This record gives sequence, C-alpha cells and structure tokens, in this order.
Amino acid sequence: MIQFSDVTTWIHQLLSSCMAPWLVFLIELVVAAVAAVVALLVCVIIMVYMERKVAGHMQLRHGPNRVGWHGLCQLFADIIKLLLKESFTPTRADKLLFTVAPVLSLCVSLLALAPISWGPGLVLWNTNIGVLFVTAISSMGVIGILMAGWSSNNKYALLGAMRSGAQIVSYELSAGLSIVTIVALAGTLNTGGIIESQANGWWVLKGHLPAIFAFIIYIIASTAECNRAPFDLAEAESELTAGYHTEYSGMQFGIFYLNEYINMGVVAMIASTLFLGGWQPFYLPFDFPLAHAFNDIMALKFMETWPAWISWVSLAWPLVWFFGKLFLIIFFMMWFRWTFPRLRIDQLLKLEWKYLLPLSIVNLVIVALFIVLGLHF
Amino acid sequence: MKALYNYLKEVAFAFVSLANGLLLTLKYFVTPWKSIITENYPDNRDHPSVADEFAGEVILIHDENNEHKCTACTLCQMACPNNSIQIISKQVETEDGKKKKVLDQWVYHLEMCTFCKQCIDACPQDAIKMINSYELSCFDRSTLTKVLNRPGSKLKEKAKVTPKVQE
Repeated sequence: MIQFSDVTTWIHQLLSSCMAPWLVFLIELVVAAVAAVVALLVCVIIMVYMERKVAGHMQLRHGPNRVGWHGLCQLFADIIKLLLKESFTPTRADKLLFTVAPVLSLCVSLLALAPISWGPGLVLWNTNIGVLFVTAISSMGVIGILMAGWSSNNKYALLGAMRSGAQIVSYELSAGLSIVTIVALAGTLNTGGIIESQANGWWVLKGHLPAIFAFIIYIIASTAECNRAPFDLAEAESELTAGYHTEYSGMQFGIFYLNEYINMGVVAMIASTLFLGGWQPFYLPFDFPLAHAFNDIMALKFMETWPAWISWVSLAWPLVWFFGKLFLIIFFMMWFRWTFPRLRIDQLLKLEWKYLLPLSIVNLVIVALFIVLGLHF
Repeated sequence: MKALYNYLKEVAFAFVSLANGLLLTLKYFVTPWKSIITENYPDNRDHPSVADEFAGEVILIHDENNEHKCTACTLCQMACPNNSIQIISKQVETEDGKKKKVLDQWVYHLEMCTFCKQCIDACPQDAIKMINSYELSCFDRSTLTKVLNRPGSKLKEKAKVTPKVQE
C-alpha cells in the first residue's frame, strides 16, 4: 500500500538531489501552504454553493438556479462582482486598521490549518501541541473582528464587534472543555495521534454517552465561535445591518465572507479529527465475523494483493473519509442555521454560562472517571 | 434535588423541541420536489398555478344573458379609498312610465387600484368580484382605464318575489 509519506519523501529527495537545502525547505514550505489553501478554497466554494442550496430547500425555495446548471456558476458570478466593486473606506474611519482587519482575520483563520492532519502522513506541521495550537489560534480571530468594528467608526459595527467578543470569550470555554474530554481519552494533543487512536472505532462511538455529549456541546460552541446563526449576534442583520462588517464593501467584504467559511471549515476539521476519527474509515468496535468483514472492507484490506498501480487509488480513500466527515459536520451547522431562530444576547450568555459550561464540566469529570475505571473501549 | 431535576428536565426538553424543528427542515430538505412552493414564473407561463383568492383585478360579473347585477348605487365608488371607480349612471324610462336610474358605464381605473377588496365588501348585490389575473402591466397608461360593463348588457331582473297569498 502506498502512503502519503512515501509521496512526500519522494518529492523531498527529488528536490534535495538538485538544490541547496535552504531552497528545498523554502519550496516545500510554499508548495505545502499553497496546496492546503487551495484545498480549503475549493472546500469553501463547495460550502458556499451548499449553503445557498441548503438554505433554499429548507425554506421551501429553489436556491440559485439561473446561472449555469442548477445555479452552479452563481458563486463565480458573485466573486467577479465583488472583485469589480470598489473597496470603499469611510472618511472618518481609521484607515490603517480598517485595511488591516480583514487581512488579519484571514491570516488567523488560515494559521489554524497548520496542525490539521488531512490524511495519514499528510500534515503541514506535525507538532505534539496541535489541538492546543488550534484552540489558541481560533480565539485570536476575535481580534480581527474587534479591529474591523472599532476602526469603521460606526455604532452598529462597534456593537457587533463587542457582542462578538463577549460571545467568543464565553463559548471558548465549553468548546475547550469538550476538546479536553477527547484529549483525555486519546492521551495526546497531536492531531495525527488522536486520529490514530481511533483506528479501532471513533471516539464518538467508543467514549459512550459522555463523548456524544461532548460532540453536541462542541458543535453548539463552535457554531457560536464561527458567529453563525443561531448565534450570529455579531452580524444580527435585523438589528445591526451587518454588524462588524457594515462599512466594508468589495473584496474587503469578500474576505470577511471567505473568512466565515474558512472558520467553519477549520471547526469542522477539528470536530471530525476529535470525534469522528478524521481520515479513519468507519470501524465497528464489535467482535462478530460480519463486523470483522465490514472493517476489513472499510480498511481496504482486499486491495493489498492488487498490483501497485491500482493501489494508488487507495491514497484517495482517507481523503474521501476526511472530506466526507468535514462536509457532514458543515451540513449540521447549516442545518442548525436554517432551522433555529436567533438567540437574544441574554439567552446566548445564559445558554453558555448556565447550561453548556456546567454540563461540560460534569461531562469532563465523568469522562475522567471512565478513563480511571477503564470503561471506554 | 427538585431544582436539579427541573434543570435536567429543561435540558432534555430543549433537545426534544429542537429535534422536532430539525426533523421538519430535514424533511423539507430531502424532499424538495414536494416541499418547494416557489413558482418558476416566466418558465411556467403556459401552466401557471395561481390561487383563486389572489386579488388581480376587479370585474363586473355577467351571466350568459349578458346581464349584470349592478344597480349603480355607487357604494363601491364611495368605498374606494383612491377613486379608482367611477360609476356613470343614466335615467331611463321604464314601460310603465317610471323614471329609473341604471348603470351606463362602470369605469375602473386599474392604474390607481391597490387591490384592497373594499369595493367587493361594499357591494350589496355581489355584482363585482376580483379575479386572479396577473401580468396587468402595459406600455400605455390609458389602456388601464376600463369600462367593465359589456356593451348592451343590462341589469338582471330580480326574480319575481311571489307575493304571499293571504289566506
């Protein structure tokens, strides 16, 4: 079976044979970063189309259906429109911060991609503090939002940014605690290590009820961290026009829009890494012959005897699972967005401080007991 | 203990009620051919589906004998909030020599009508109604002023009320 590490080592050796080590390092950095960003941008394109179709169908509409087949080219038309529009800066705005804010928030959300494991051996930065890094970086995103809101010199923008700050600071806690439950179960902070610990069943199945509970809490808290409905108080169209990006237009607005979807993608990647086994295929943790056969098929055991040129296909198998889970969680988040009405600010804070936080602390204690007593699989 | 029970009950109930909503939208999502209510308007022009209750324009009801029920009482004209109805009546002499006011022209200014249905409510004879027509716009404003009573139409005779035979 060919692994991704074989491919990357081959590329590394090829480059090393004809270049200086520092140049190889530089080229590999750029190629890896561009590959990750392009993969994410393709995901974002699919997500935007998906969002509009899901929204349409859940609200008994068609969604985009005029530009191209079933509206497939609608997004490209929108991007061209945004690129052609002027990026207007208000006269009284703080010009430097106003220009920096979208770029900063984009950088922060792209940084969170670094420790994500896309496939076996396919990781930009294989660090043993991967999950910690992602949680640290994702709470930096609020700085870009605050900067945008404050520098636009607009009351709506400022209010939206402040709400966003309060919201992200609150929901970081329960998101972090539900991440900690899985980190405790897996015993590592390395994303690749967490995924490998799920080779004999995903944590959401192996960890009994507390893991499922942590999964639900994580989905709720991460939706809030992405500032998406039903927690979109930072935008709150009906109250604050567009919240923190009220004054932005053209591609600067486009970057904020892109940023929202990149954040969603990152959050979904973390959720699939922690709870749904990342790139691991589905595994039944039972001791029946049928379950064994199923697991062998899922792990592509039958391909081992095949000629090498066909087994190249098996390289795509972990990616199929990774992106499949990614889009499953993104679909969940879209499903919530187009079903639930928006919360008021007091309801939002009540949900976090009176329900999610105490419940996730109790949940963490129960998981700790499970680990001590060895009750999990 | 009671408080803890109530707290957990609240959480469980919240999940149940949220799940109800989620199932409904999921049903809409997976069966779009059944649930979508948007009309693909210019595409389905040859087979439109417009609700009967849709208020398009006012018509004066004529029966097969080209008779209508309008007595030219002008109640609709008075009910109209923006003067889009003009009732022009004339005096005619009936066979038995009496002078009677009858409808000459029922002028309807569609360009001013807001489709509020107050004329329909005001009419004591149920002589007018609104039909579900659409695509009412045109290039020449004057074509929107319509005379609703057809040429040669006349007032429908009231069914003879048989006088109660005194016994």
